[in-house]
Amino acid sequence: MVYRMNNNSSLSEPTLAPQESLLATLELDLDARLQFAPTRLALTDQRLLANLGEGWQAWPLSPELALHHDDHAGVGALELRDAASRLACWRYTLGCEPRVRAFAARFDLAQTGTPAAPIEDISTEVAEETPEERGGWALLRLWRFARPYRGQLLLGFLLTLAATAATLVPPYLTMPLMDKVLIPFQNGQPIDWLLVWTYLGGLLGASLLAWVLGWLRTYILARVSERIGRDLRTTTYKHLLGLSLEYFGGKRTGDLMARIGSETDRINVFLSLDLLNFATDVLMIVMTAVILFSINPWLALITLLPLPIIAWMIHLVREKLRTGFEKIDRVWAEVTNVLADTIPGIRVVKAFAQERRESERFHAANEHNLAMNDKLNKTWSLFAPSVTLLTEFGLLIVWAYGIWQISKNEITVGVLTAFLAYIGRFYTRLDSMSRIVSATQRAASSTKRIFDILDHVSSVPETPNPVTLKEVRGGIELRHVGFRYGNRTVTRDVSLTIAPGEMIGLVGHSGSGKSTMVNLICRFYDVSEGALLLDGVDIRQLAVADYRRHIGLVLQEPFLFFGTIADNIAYGKPDATRAEIIAAARAAHAHEFILRLPHGYDSLVGERGQGLSGGERQRISIARALLIDPRILILDEATSSVDTTTEREIQAALDNLVQGRTTIAIAHRLSTLRKADRLVVMDKGEVVEVGNHDELMAKEGAYYALYQAQARNVDTDLDDVRPNTRSIPHVQRS
Amino acid sequence: MSSAADFRLSRNAYGRLVLTTADGSVHENVSPVRAFPIADPLQGIALVDAEGHELAWVAQLDSLPTDLRKMIEEDLSSREFVPEIEALLDVSSFTTPSDWQVRTDRGVTTFTLKSEDDIRRLSPTTLLISDSHSLHYLLRDLPALDKRSRKLLDRFL
Repeated sequence: MVYRMNNNSSLSEPTLAPQESLLATLELDLDARLQFAPTRLALTDQRLLANLGEGWQAWPLSPELALHHDDHAGVGALELRDAASRLACWRYTLGCEPRVRAFAARFDLAQTGTPAAPIEDISTEVAEETPEERGGWALLRLWRFARPYRGQLLLGFLLTLAATAATLVPPYLTMPLMDKVLIPFQNGQPIDWLLVWTYLGGLLGASLLAWVLGWLRTYILARVSERIGRDLRTTTYKHLLGLSLEYFGGKRTGDLMARIGSETDRINVFLSLDLLNFATDVLMIVMTAVILFSINPWLALITLLPLPIIAWMIHLVREKLRTGFEKIDRVWAEVTNVLADTIPGIRVVKAFAQERRESERFHAANEHNLAMNDKLNKTWSLFAPSVTLLTEFGLLIVWAYGIWQISKNEITVGVLTAFLAYIGRFYTRLDSMSRIVSATQRAASSTKRIFDILDHVSSVPETPNPVTLKEVRGGIELRHVGFRYGNRTVTRDVSLTIAPGEMIGLVGHSGSGKSTMVNLICRFYDVSEGALLLDGVDIRQLAVADYRRHIGLVLQEPFLFFGTIADNIAYGKPDATRAEIIAAARAAHAHEFILRLPHGYDSLVGERGQGLSGGERQRISIARALLIDPRILILDEATSSVDTTTEREIQAALDNLVQGRTTIAIAHRLSTLRKADRLVVMDKGEVVEVGNHDELMAKEGAYYALYQAQARNVDTDLDDVRPNTRSIPHVQRS
Repeated sequence: MSSAADFRLSRNAYGRLVLTTADGSVHENVSPVRAFPIADPLQGIALVDAEGHELAWVAQLDSLPTDLRKMIEEDLSSREFVPEIEALLDVSSFTTPSDWQVRTDRGVTTFTLKSEDDIRRLSPTTLLISDSHSLHYLLRDLPALDKRSRKLLDRFL
């Protein structure tokens, strides 16, 4: 039934029969050998056409034709099948996935004979992600943080202007002092003391003024920059906390800590110190140049000669230094990462006696850092002395030209003195100005890394117009929920309705998608397909924090923050009264053991709750969940990490917790789920069985197998429960 | 140990592999999976069923009879997709997200690098880069890159 059409132009539009109308087209980006090459598909009301670059191929539509799409490791396959075999297969990268989905849906419509829709190109129908605004000089973006302080910044700038002007007065006064006092005295005239005192007074006054203005300026600008730094840190941290778990999953703690800690500090130093100095320098140079030109244009020209050379040098080194500093930052993050990896895992390191290896890893990161710095310092160390050398040359030129001019009586000794006094300052400023290059680059790369965080949009976005639920009953509905993590499909097409107050037990072997379901219900991630509804409202329409307030979560590994036990219990409700805290602890069966501690509820617990047993920590976290009185309760393997005796204690606490709440419990041990109204058995990201214990046992399916295995042996995974354990044939190298 | 395999493979009408083990049991929809796809692609290949359970283990691909090996290789090549970057042609910016135009062993393509963290170092000379759609690109030999590519890449490392 397959025939080729005489169409040689590789990717042109297909030729259609007279009464045929085009329904949809689709462009894929891979060919059959998985090379990057365009493939086009077209759907008409009569046929499906495909063009792999060598002309159109067509299949007349018939009821047994079906399109399947599937993906593995980032490559999708769209297959055309009839009842018995595969007719064709086209490949694409996951970027085409939404279009493929739309095309397949259109194909299904055409199969069922829905009247022809208008011709649409699916390639354009599915909106492409618009690349967000990119590039732009990173440092300029700091303006967003400087804006609130623009008044103070302006004041600081005016003060800088005035202070700089004041420092330029003294050299100017040396000119008349020389020409009108000292030189005439050498030529035999008496010293005019009034004149001397006037000039000296002027010198003193200018210096004092410069001192006061300089102090004010530095104080105000340092104040502002500290505040900008603070805002930057808090904003970044706040934004970071708002990002989804997906973001934290892909980042390393040490790196994030370095960004928020030391890099904001670096920006701060840049703003308060380097930038301030630079602004002063530029002002001074401009003013000096103006003064010099007003005194003697020719001498001024000679004096300013080295300036372009230095500017050129600065430009030359700029690129090299910037990339160098960016690299150093990354290497530095690597050093902190080694620490952040090792210190929390210190028990494992010690248990496997790998101290030496870890120390070597740190040493290697340090060496790398050293090597990078050494490389950069080669350029950098040459740079500063070269600037100094050039300034010395500059002075030499001025001396030579000045003496020659004096000999020709073109200028006075006073003018030369003034010039030398000016350019002495002038060139020292140039020297310090050259430092701005590295400081700017460092700050720019820090800024970039900060904005990397700030620009990251949470994959769990807040809706602009959130719906507020007056009263939450706790009914949850999953509608064809699918979730994809990276290029891996984790769950697909899960539909489940959970009534308010119902307890659901999620059962299945590890990797079956139970924890993903919990993460989706908590909205740590958003569903890739389908929808999740709370009391009939899509949870994406609710404000995230609002929604999570209704959820109590008890995890396998309870996390206790550094603080008192009372603080930890009241974590979700900081304004809880002592009575509430105690009531929650009582209900969680934690009250008595807390009282046994030397400081009762005021006992400090460490970073990971050291000093408390697993069961005790778990009961504190149950009390924490009880205190916020959530409508929905999620128990993620809450009793998995403790022994059976402790489990019994926790179970009693859990029974209190579960009452009257919609509960979703994940448990390995099926005995934990005896109170569940319904059990949901998951496998490979799909729901395979739903029902209560008796129903599922009667069914003798996956749950039955699991239960049987656990009855024989307490801790068994669904994975290990295979009906026939096969021996795996091996092929060895001969 | 004999070098002959104690299983047979065939292909069904849907283009999927069918495995027949020595004891005569037949498994449809079998896929070969490499254990070390990057470090050592030719050693350690498992044949797994649709559920991901291992049915057979091939310690060394070379040791298989040619027809079997061909079948496995064919199936692998139709699913494996880790383009190897041969050169960086252009990057849109040195700050992420950045669009990279690269020449790979599978042709020229453009992808978006979301963040520098998506460049992972597998060994001192090998990088694995994942794009915004989590498609992986391999850069097998860093020193073998041309100078321009290295210079561009350097800004991200």
